[in-house]
Amino acid sequence: MHIPDGYLSPVTCAVLYGASAPFWYVALRRVKKFLTTRLVPLMSVVAALTFVIMMFNLPLPGGTTGHAVGVALATILLGPWASILAVSIALLIQAVFFGDGGITTLGANCFNMAIVGSLVAYAVYRVGAGRAALTSPRRVAAAALAGYTAINAAAFCAAVEFGIQPWFFKDPSGAPLYAPYPLGIAIPAMMIGHLTFAGLAEFVLSAGVVAYFQRTNPSLLKLTAPGASPADQEMSPLAWESTWNAVRPLGAALALLLVLTPLGILAGGTAWGEWSARDFSSPQTRERIAAASQDQAPPVQPPRGLERLCSVWTAPFPQYAPAFVRRPAVGYTLSAMFGSGVIILVCLIGGWLASRGRREPSAGG
Amino acid sequence: MNFLERTLSSFVNAMERALYAEELAQANGLLQRLDPRIKVVSMLALVIAVAMAHKLWVIGAVFAGAVLLAVSSCIPLASLARRAWIPVLLFTGIIALPAPFVVPGREVWRIPWLAWPITAQGLSSAGYLISRVETAATLSLLLILSTPWSHVLKALRVFRMPVVLVVILGMAYRYIFLLLASAHAMLESRRSRLVGKLEGPERRRLAAASVGVLISRTLEMSGDVYDAMLARGFRGEVRVLDDFRTTPLDWIMLAVLAALAAAAFYGGSR
Repeated sequence: MHIPDGYLSPVTCAVLYGASAPFWYVALRRVKKFLTTRLVPLMSVVAALTFVIMMFNLPLPGGTTGHAVGVALATILLGPWASILAVSIALLIQAVFFGDGGITTLGANCFNMAIVGSLVAYAVYRVGAGRAALTSPRRVAAAALAGYTAINAAAFCAAVEFGIQPWFFKDPSGAPLYAPYPLGIAIPAMMIGHLTFAGLAEFVLSAGVVAYFQRTNPSLLKLTAPGASPADQEMSPLAWESTWNAVRPLGAALALLLVLTPLGILAGGTAWGEWSARDFSSPQTRERIAAASQDQAPPVQPPRGLERLCSVWTAPFPQYAPAFVRRPAVGYTLSAMFGSGVIILVCLIGGWLASRGRREPSAGG
Repeated sequence: MNFLERTLSSFVNAMERALYAEELAQANGLLQRLDPRIKVVSMLALVIAVAMAHKLWVIGAVFAGAVLLAVSSCIPLASLARRAWIPVLLFTGIIALPAPFVVPGREVWRIPWLAWPITAQGLSSAGYLISRVETAATLSLLLILSTPWSHVLKALRVFRMPVVLVVILGMAYRYIFLLLASAHAMLESRRSRLVGKLEGPERRRLAAASVGVLISRTLEMSGDVYDAMLARGFRGEVRVLDDFRTTPLDWIMLAVLAALAAAAFYGGSR
């Protein structure tokens, strides 16, 4: 995830420094306004803490261990702007002093992990946690999801940055000058590692530490929980168990979704009823439609309504394969993962809206 | 090795690494004698020249220059190999390994039995990636092994980095070691009290609780640090003493390194 020098072209590095600069500026102004004279000691100590947390080896399910960036945790405890600054400073020290990540690529690393990571983590955590009490298991689940989503969003950005290099930067013979793999290889190669191990490390860290603070010092979670219902009590050991129980089905569902994704590639043909207007004019497809419909021959002309409506909306990933991905298997896998993410997000937003709707009448009465 | 031991060993490695860098920065070599500002500017120019070069031999020439600088600065090549060359080769080498087979281009050889074609363009792209990463890593390591961290930070003022950021970086670096020592003591004492083997969920709970305790302690400490700063007259303004002095050697070396970077820019872009 920490991109070293030499993987990205100087142009890409400059663009990402430029893209990060306004976020750093706004973050510094907002944090300074909020902390005034406390800025220097608090940010120094928190940046040091972020650095040390990155060194922790976290035990993951399955007996392996992994490192986390801790960006979601920093966001939940400090808010997104302070997290952008703290993670950026930790990344700078890692790059310059420990050689973990490059100097020219520092802008890219900060953009992916500190900026995209913090903002995505904040959005997911706020939507996921809603107005739940500070000690609610829902907050643990939201933190877990925020960690998992943030690190994967950061990895996706890094993969896109790698993947566009061979498009733009080649020597006269056509050899790629920087990261040599196109998007079709770079995205799956990055995402497989992050959807599994790195994502899981972030999941475990965010959920575990939020659950720990719910037991010991829930007030630390207040900053990013405006409007949290006041029904906070000290958690019993039983409640500690229940937080983990809340997270477990979430993890299982995510894992199941991702594991089942490749099955779609194995299933041949078109799903029954998912025909396009074009399929009605192809003799081979007509035969398949008839065979799958108890030998009922499909109409000669495509239904007029289908023809008219099919041009109204074009999906962002038509035919389950983005245009930039050449291999259908890769495109399908990505589309399925993206789709899973969108569905989870829609469910969470729906749940949040429903809970608001329920709460408002009672507050009025 | 379980997660406690692995975390402890990564803490110790980081501390050892910093101590080693501080020790080497005191040696009487060529780079150690230079003004940190000259070193920061010229190393950055060389890293950018390497990133922009479109020719393998140019990157190779800068690498040779970096090795020469290491030798004349009492920086053991074995240490560069252990800290940069071998880890980079293992990491980037694995990433670059499929490139000769995947990148389309003129076929130069075909692996017998497997019939996989190797392309000239694929070989070049793997060469670019590995040589660039190796050279840039060597240059950054040379800077940090020949300059105390506090001097590197002060030198960053050359690039108009805000003073407040320089102070935050300096303090953060100081507290990294305090927190590393604190986390090390905490995990070491936990390990000494551990009998038998922990189950998966127990291990995760222990790791999360350790991070949680560290966070609580740190936030508490930031309050203490702030109080201590106030007691010493801190009013929110920070100043850095710019006490560097340049010597004729600095200007000669700046000219040499700038000429190398300019030649690399010129040779690499033609």
